[in-house]
Amino acid sequence: MNHTSAPERDDPELFQQLYRRMLLIRGFEDLVQSLFLKNEVYGTTHLYSGQEAVAVGFAGVLRPGDRVACTYRGHGHLLAMGTEPEALLAELLGRETGVNGGRAGSMNVIDPDHGVLGCYGIVGGSIAAATGAAISLRGSGSIAVAYFGDGATNQAYFFECLNFAKVLDLPVLYVCENNGYGEYTATDAVTPGGIVPRAAAMELRTTEVDGMNVRAVRTAAAEVVARVREGGGPELVEARTYRFVGHSRTDPGKYRPEGELDRWRERDPLTLARALLVEGLGVMQDDVDRVDADVASELEQIASSALAAPFPEEVAIPEFSGV
Amino acid sequence: MSELVDIGMPRLSDSMEEATVLAWLRRPGERVTRGDGLVEVETDKATIVYEAEADGVLEEIVVDEGSTASLGAVIARLRVGDGALSGGQRTSAPMPAEQQQPSVGDVEFRDAIRQALDEELDRDERVIFFGEDVAAAGGVFAVTPGLYEKYGADRVFDTPISELAMTGAAYGAAITGKRPVLEIMFGDFLALSMDSLINQATKYWFLSGGRYGCPLVIRSVVGAGGRFGAIHSQMPISWLIGITGLKIVAPATPSDAKGLLKAAIRDDNPVVFLEHKRLYSLKGDVGDGIVELGRARVAREGGDVTLVSAMKGVHDCLAAAEQLAEDGIDAEVVDLRTIRPLDAETILASVAKTHRVVAVEEGPLTGGWAGEVLACVTEQALDELDDAWRIATPNTPIPYSPPLEDAFLPGPDRIVAEIKRRLR
Repeated sequence: MNHTSAPERDDPELFQQLYRRMLLIRGFEDLVQSLFLKNEVYGTTHLYSGQEAVAVGFAGVLRPGDRVACTYRGHGHLLAMGTEPEALLAELLGRETGVNGGRAGSMNVIDPDHGVLGCYGIVGGSIAAATGAAISLRGSGSIAVAYFGDGATNQAYFFECLNFAKVLDLPVLYVCENNGYGEYTATDAVTPGGIVPRAAAMELRTTEVDGMNVRAVRTAAAEVVARVREGGGPELVEARTYRFVGHSRTDPGKYRPEGELDRWRERDPLTLARALLVEGLGVMQDDVDRVDADVASELEQIASSALAAPFPEEVAIPEFSGV
Repeated sequence: MSELVDIGMPRLSDSMEEATVLAWLRRPGERVTRGDGLVEVETDKATIVYEAEADGVLEEIVVDEGSTASLGAVIARLRVGDGALSGGQRTSAPMPAEQQQPSVGDVEFRDAIRQALDEELDRDERVIFFGEDVAAAGGVFAVTPGLYEKYGADRVFDTPISELAMTGAAYGAAITGKRPVLEIMFGDFLALSMDSLINQATKYWFLSGGRYGCPLVIRSVVGAGGRFGAIHSQMPISWLIGITGLKIVAPATPSDAKGLLKAAIRDDNPVVFLEHKRLYSLKGDVGDGIVELGRARVAREGGDVTLVSAMKGVHDCLAAAEQLAEDGIDAEVVDLRTIRPLDAETILASVAKTHRVVAVEEGPLTGGWAGEVLACVTEQALDELDDAWRIATPNTPIPYSPPLEDAFLPGPDRIVAEIKRRLR
């Protein structure tokens, strides 16, 4: 496979697919929000809105056999990897047809059939999971990817696992989605020295990328993934991004300075991708609009099917296997 | 004036019973200065040059080169003069428990562990083994020598001192096709492993609806009596016992250590495998078979009272039972072998016979497995019971000083005294 990304940049079909996937994630999160307000989604949710270009940019250069570990803000990672949207929504609705039969909910989904190790409710848990998967993948040509937020770079998992992976020369890629806030606290206030220098101190190769621009993410991802795949050792990517919503359901995001959200919304990954398609790649506006309509219709159908699915009757999983 | 000071066989490792004199570096009649190398001694685990601890003249060599002597035995005598004597020659106090262990068969507990690892690494290519100092160095308790050389760095490897990363990585490897065995050097360090155990490894099978397991074994050295102090002697079972889906294995004999470790490695979900540091030098026969997890063993049959214990406690109970027999009390000893899941069947069958049960746990009284044993018996066989109680360690940290630590542990004397008092 050719890992250079130059020919891809000119492929309107590819970028229409990426746009479609980002739009699906945004629409899915809007749907989750709406269903939460109707008391159909329970507990809490952490929405990925605004960060779509990161998961979609990376997932597109991964192959069958690669494994990813996600965060509790994981709907976008899952959908980018190919988890069935209806099964994911059904999981959030607590239904029997959910990815994990309603046992997991929003924060704890596992989907090994689509290369997803899991979504981790403990900040930094994804870092360890991917590091361990990389032990299994050594020498196979496959790689492991850990998604995590800026907040995780203050966890021991970050320091221990990056060092561990470097020492053992593991095929693992650490993708930090820096959305500017660890829960309600500004990243800059609690992350002295920044993120990239921390990884660089352990001699990991590092890359910084505009996490709002799917083309930039995909280009960087293709290069970095190829190096890790070819045995170049662990690397870190810091994707600068922004979440358009609060940390979780109960957070209105009032800690953001006035105007900050508006400035980031001007760089909405969907807006940038539409501009790329129409102005950069010559796709007709009608074709883009058709994608929008298709996704809206798909989401409607998903919602009605998932809402019609039955609730599980019992867990039926004994505590211990084999005893 | 001068006096003769005995030079005792030094202690090379926590578990040694005897060592061999390789070479005397001074001859009788030679003058030695404090700090001079005096003698080179070795065990199968370590070699050291033992230095003179006082100025003087080597008077007599008692143990010749090539000969073996037990820990603390006099190996030479040093004549020290008035001014040269500064505190005299101390000999190490022997470990109290090691020499009391019954010695049947030839295989040490530590070697039984190594055999199990070797056989499973050989049998199944998915098995990998890693931890701190386990590969090139062969383990700080000399349990795993030779495995790195035999299986190579892809399957047996050393890691940084990073328990959080190691345990998380073991989980990640376990859900992607490997069957990792991780050594956490001391059970006390399991505190750093807890996130992966609680929040990841033991959730996987449940979340997958029973489709996928997480075949992960953590081996760890536990227990008091080694003079390691409060943070290298703990019994972590009471921290672990509340983790749903986690199996806890706690062998008492070399044979069970081997058979249970093999079973643990073949199990499809997480197992914590605890090795009591005072059992490592215990010898016994071992076979090639596996010992099923979740099955207790009646280590001694008796009709008057049931003693339920695990690991080192089983040997304390057996010693206590012998003493009780002299007073006409016939004690049955149940060796749990697996703490979770608990083998209620074997316990209840014994209690149906004896009507009295005492759970002897090395571990804090509050929140331990002994309480689970009593809950099991009282819930399921209250009618059978004439008496039921726990003997455990105090709800305090483990003290360092030998007399304090010995008093802290529930040894045979305390078990005998309590049973005689309660059965009177």
